[in-house]
Amino acid sequence: MTSILSVRGIDKRFGAVVAADALNLDIAVGQRVSLIGANGAGKTTFVNMVTGYLKPDAGSIALEGADIGRRSPRSVARLGISRSFQIPQLFIDLTAAENLVVAVSGMRQHPLSLVSPAEARGRRDTALELLARFGLSEMADRPISELAGGVRKLIDIAMALVRRPKLLLLDEPTSGVSAEEKFATMDRVIHAVAPDAATIIFVEHDMEIVGRYADRVLAFYQGRILADGDPRSVLQDPEVRRYVTGGAQ
Amino acid sequence: MNFFLTIVLDGLIQASWLFIVALGLTLVFGVLKILNIAHGSFYALGAYIAATAVTIVAAHGLPPSVGFVAMLVSVASIASSVGLLLERGLLKMFYGRDEVVLLLVTYAVFLILEDITKLIWGVNPIYATQPYELFGNVAFAGLYYVGYDLVLIPVSVAIGLAVWFSLNRTITGKIVLAVIHNEEMSVSMGVRVRRVYAVAFAFGVLLAALAGALTAPKISMQPGLSSDVIILSFAIVVIGGLGSVEGAAVGAVLVGLARAASVHLLPQAELFMIYLIMTGVLMLRPEGLFTRETARRI
Amino acid sequence: MVGLVAAATLCGRVLPTWTLSLATVAASNALIALGIVVLARTGNVSFGQGLFFAAGGYGVALIANAWDIADAVVQVIVGAACGGLLGLMIGPLIARYSGIFFGMLTLALSMVFYGALVKSTALGGSDGFNVGRPSLFGMVFTDPREADFALYAVSVVITGFAGIATAILFHSELGLVSLAVRENNLRVEYLGISAKRVVTINFVIAAIFAGASGALALMAQRHIDPQFAYWTTSGEFVFVAILAGYQSVAAVFVASMALELVRSFSNLYLPNTWQLVLGVFLLGVILFLPRGIGSLWTRDERRKSGPKAATKVATKEGVTL
Repeated sequence: MTSILSVRGIDKRFGAVVAADALNLDIAVGQRVSLIGANGAGKTTFVNMVTGYLKPDAGSIALEGADIGRRSPRSVARLGISRSFQIPQLFIDLTAAENLVVAVSGMRQHPLSLVSPAEARGRRDTALELLARFGLSEMADRPISELAGGVRKLIDIAMALVRRPKLLLLDEPTSGVSAEEKFATMDRVIHAVAPDAATIIFVEHDMEIVGRYADRVLAFYQGRILADGDPRSVLQDPEVRRYVTGGAQ
Repeated sequence: MNFFLTIVLDGLIQASWLFIVALGLTLVFGVLKILNIAHGSFYALGAYIAATAVTIVAAHGLPPSVGFVAMLVSVASIASSVGLLLERGLLKMFYGRDEVVLLLVTYAVFLILEDITKLIWGVNPIYATQPYELFGNVAFAGLYYVGYDLVLIPVSVAIGLAVWFSLNRTITGKIVLAVIHNEEMSVSMGVRVRRVYAVAFAFGVLLAALAGALTAPKISMQPGLSSDVIILSFAIVVIGGLGSVEGAAVGAVLVGLARAASVHLLPQAELFMIYLIMTGVLMLRPEGLFTRETARRI
Repeated sequence: MVGLVAAATLCGRVLPTWTLSLATVAASNALIALGIVVLARTGNVSFGQGLFFAAGGYGVALIANAWDIADAVVQVIVGAACGGLLGLMIGPLIARYSGIFFGMLTLALSMVFYGALVKSTALGGSDGFNVGRPSLFGMVFTDPREADFALYAVSVVITGFAGIATAILFHSELGLVSLAVRENNLRVEYLGISAKRVVTINFVIAAIFAGASGALALMAQRHIDPQFAYWTTSGEFVFVAILAGYQSVAAVFVASMALELVRSFSNLYLPNTWQLVLGVFLLGVILFLPRGIGSLWTRDERRKSGPKAATKVATKEGVTL
């Protein structure tokens, strides 16, 4: 298997809290990996370290062989890793389209233009196209402040997709999304990254989503990986049921 | 040795009145979360009122000690009333809004008070030196100091200790500390926060005015006093940490000593040295040297 | 837009002298306030533009005296360059900080400069020094009326073009990203954009405007002193920017002119009260025009009307009064 992400011996502590304890894993290209675990188990910390927001206390993280453990979120983004957030991180007073235009601008290799209008050079077109893929076309010119939480979640994910990332990390992509929309959302995301054969890692609390969309599940507990395998076997693992899913199927 | 002593004493004398002003500023910030740009205006007000009081007393042929007491009493009463009026009458109208708003309001008050001072006392320098002779002159180790200046040091230390004591050892003080640390929590515990605001603000500007009154006999009162003092006290409060009493003390001593040292060693640096220190602190430890551990809001 | 600038310039021909000098000062103040607005769109307000204002003024004064440069336009360019150079040096250092610390740093730096200037005997200390009259494209003006008009024209044209450039900037890619930086600089980083670089670029633009404004002020007063760098000077410029609001370039000119008019009239009728009037004026604006003068005619299409949206926007939007 070609490994896109290699994690070796990662430690991370916050005072007395162990968020990561000698983590080791490899994620293959194109895998759909779900991270599950109780709050505080270390899932979001893991995502934060992979995306450069936090630096591990020890160990290494490599993207396609290149070490990224010490890099900033900006340089990690440029290498092809994108993420969405548990609480959508958007530009509240800007419109949906403008939010995505900013994301498009982020893709540029050359410096930002002081003259060329923000929405020129196909940037708005790209933004609108992406919004359309999530069924959000009518919201394009409305400011985020006017949009509901579920819609904001979608826009947050859409922004992560602009870069056509190699590795996409989604932090609770369906929380705050209505029950009917959940599957549609995940379907859209999977469909959007299909052409690039991107790898997806998603943190989830909803076991239905996990069962349906993940081909590999990592169960976290106190900074360690309790179980690692296909959804069925992990979710039935007695330790996982004890420490993570609470026994109910 | 003499040289060193001169710098230390000069520095401490400077630090004395600087501390009192800075203390007022930092308290107002700590409790109301306002950076009171008009703080220097109260200093000036205190100085001008003191001058008037001293002059009136002298005109009646009374001794300088009476003048000294008169000036302290008049400044204390007028400054705290004006402060209270300002807080209740104007500031509280803006309490729900963005923090920048209150900054602009205090800036407006600063502008207004500048001109009111000019209208009442004119633009020419005023002097009120009678109290300066109260404590005679002191000579030791080959140095000569005016007694008044040296007296400022223990006075300021006393004020500092009194404030520290009331904040940390009295119930009212602890309530004020509670509001400084976590206002939301204090409100939910039943603290009359609005009342604390009023008292804190009035007390804060009272301190500024008092400092003005105490230094009035040594300086000339003229327009521009308030803008010089506010920027200086702001620098001290930033260095020490916004909202910290200990910080105000340390900051004042640091600035006082830096100034004294510059005057004797490198006169060109006297003014910018302070702001250089401020810049340094902002770049290396932006919260200031002594920040109170503010509870994390979830 | 260009037409407006041309019209304003020609207007100067018919204006009485007192209005002319008023407008000249207003134009130069508008220029520096414009820079503050540009920077403020990244969420950082500079309380120390006096630093670049003075750098521009002193730079031009020294260079003009040393190399005998009298041409007004060249002086403005030199001023802008001085400001810009200093901005390039300082920008990267302070772009790391944000919000209140950024503001305090800019203030501190301007006061360091002030302190150094006041004690510098070589530069005239707190008295400063005088400079001669500028010329324009080789023409020397002996008639004061002609000289005043020439200065007015230069000020209005330069500030006008700066205004046009700023309007273009607001709609540009950088303009949008700057707003994004203000809203959520972390997300901007995650999108692969350096927030620090965006702030630095805006900072340098503000510094350039401030330096040019310093040159204009120098030519108008024919005198330079450390007061250019004092905190109250910087404060006045911020005041104009806030009065104007952050949506419209034209509002900056209106606000600047309003300030000068208030100052003049109160000086005329009630001496020693212009600050009082200004203070009351400011309080009035805070109470009744929370989004600045610009909100009088800019109804930003993005803003939906309605109390809930309004309060939410009012707390997120820039300098929210």
